[in-house]
Amino acid sequence: MVQFTDWDILKNLLLAARWTILLSLLAFAGGGLFGLILTLLRSMRSKITTRIIQTYVEIFQGIPLLMQLFLTFFGLSLIGIEVDAWSAAVISLTLFSSAFFHDIWRGCIEALPKGQWEACRTLGLTYLQTMRYVIVPQAMRMSIAPTVGFSVQIVKGTALASVIGFVELTKAGTMINNAVFEPFKVFALVAVLYFLICFPLSVLARHLEKKNHVAR
Amino acid sequence: MSLVSLDQVHKYYGENHVLKGVDLKVEAGEVVSIIGRSGSGKSTLLRCMNGLEEYQKGAVIVDNQSVENDDYKLRLLSRSVGMVFQNFNLFPHMTVGENVMLATKLVMKKSSAESEMLAKELLEKVGLADKFSAYPGNLSGGQQQRVAIARSLAMSPKVLLCDEITSALDPELVGEVLKVLEKLKQEGMTLILVTHEMNFARDVGDRVVFMNQGRVWETGQSDEVFSNPQTEELQSFLAAVR
Ligand SMILES: Nc1ncnc2c1ncn2[C@@H]1O[C@H](COP(=O)(O)OP(=O)(O)O)[C@@H](O)[C@H]1O
Ligand SMILES: [Mg+2]
Repeated sequence: MVQFTDWDILKNLLLAARWTILLSLLAFAGGGLFGLILTLLRSMRSKITTRIIQTYVEIFQGIPLLMQLFLTFFGLSLIGIEVDAWSAAVISLTLFSSAFFHDIWRGCIEALPKGQWEACRTLGLTYLQTMRYVIVPQAMRMSIAPTVGFSVQIVKGTALASVIGFVELTKAGTMINNAVFEPFKVFALVAVLYFLICFPLSVLARHLEKKNHVAR
Repeated sequence: MSLVSLDQVHKYYGENHVLKGVDLKVEAGEVVSIIGRSGSGKSTLLRCMNGLEEYQKGAVIVDNQSVENDDYKLRLLSRSVGMVFQNFNLFPHMTVGENVMLATKLVMKKSSAESEMLAKELLEKVGLADKFSAYPGNLSGGQQQRVAIARSLAMSPKVLLCDEITSALDPELVGEVLKVLEKLKQEGMTLILVTHEMNFARDVGDRVVFMNQGRVWETGQSDEVFSNPQTEELQSFLAAVR
């Protein structure tokens, strides 16, 4: 049997943590981009697009992420598209975060007083000018804190990708424990690593939140 | 042709018949005060004059342009009609100068230098020359409202609509805003004001329109209307606000 020193355990967990971080970044970028497109489409206020996007958001917010992962992984292969665990994880997390990002950002836009739109209309600005110069800059400022806050949820969400066999931090922990049989030590280390990734984000979110309150 | 002309304007919010056939003509250079109880349709009337609200029947013509629900036409109209709101509606993420210059650059397509000159001139006029680089959040309510007036004037409108622009202000700040309006009147600006400031309406306004239940209930020269109200409704309204 292979001997694992403590250093070996930590090293392997750190290597696996890279995948957690990469998966989180991809989900953040993909979900952010897709969420942004949804938000812009929705702000045009066509009834049909609004209805479709609303349904999309409700579906992805109403089903546990774990089920979304299963459905992507097994569902796509059912219709003949073979996806590996890695792609399935990226796709699910992207769709999942896009729904939440869209909801956060839409909320920020709607939180702006109606008077901002009216002032722009009486000044003769077009819809795009109103968005570009008045609505988006203010909504963005408001959205920074909740956006960073949600990124913590994404990092934690990546742990679920372990169940479809993707070797990120959680899966690596399980595998190492199967070899060394020291569950407390291994999972404590796993937990610490998650904490080290998420804690700075939480602090950042809180800091931005406070700054935002002062600015108002 | 009058600068502003409303002909039998009807407005509904769903079932709620808010304007019931309003006729009103305002000539260039006139200062018209609109008074009346809360809910009588004053704001709605004003907002029909610049297309912020649609009306269902009748005609609204301002500066020879028909006010219709058409984005392009309403943008053209914005050069003729300015509006100042009760809550200022300044852009909080922009400086005072940027607030005033936004539309001159984007809509009037003036150069930055030209816009800046105009903005400084207008801020001077409202007594805020030193606030060009300040943010609205750091100004008093009275100062913010004067910035909002300057922002509207930057489009060089022919008529300025003011909807209770002193109602959100502390009493000691009302005077500085009214003084700006008085100055505008002296320069010949056409003003249509929804207001609770009866003394101002009486002393500065040329004409008063008393709105009641969605109708122009009584109208006339300011001093006459205030000293000799004809209808029972206006008498009781004036008694209540005095
Ligand atoms: N956006 C709106 N939607 C529905 N009803 C409205 C709206 N705005 C005003 N109303 C109704 O129209 C009537 C007139 O309102 P308004 O013009 O604001 O009166 P005033 O300015 O004289 O207080 C009121 O009965 C009010 O409830
Ligand atoms: Mg009103």
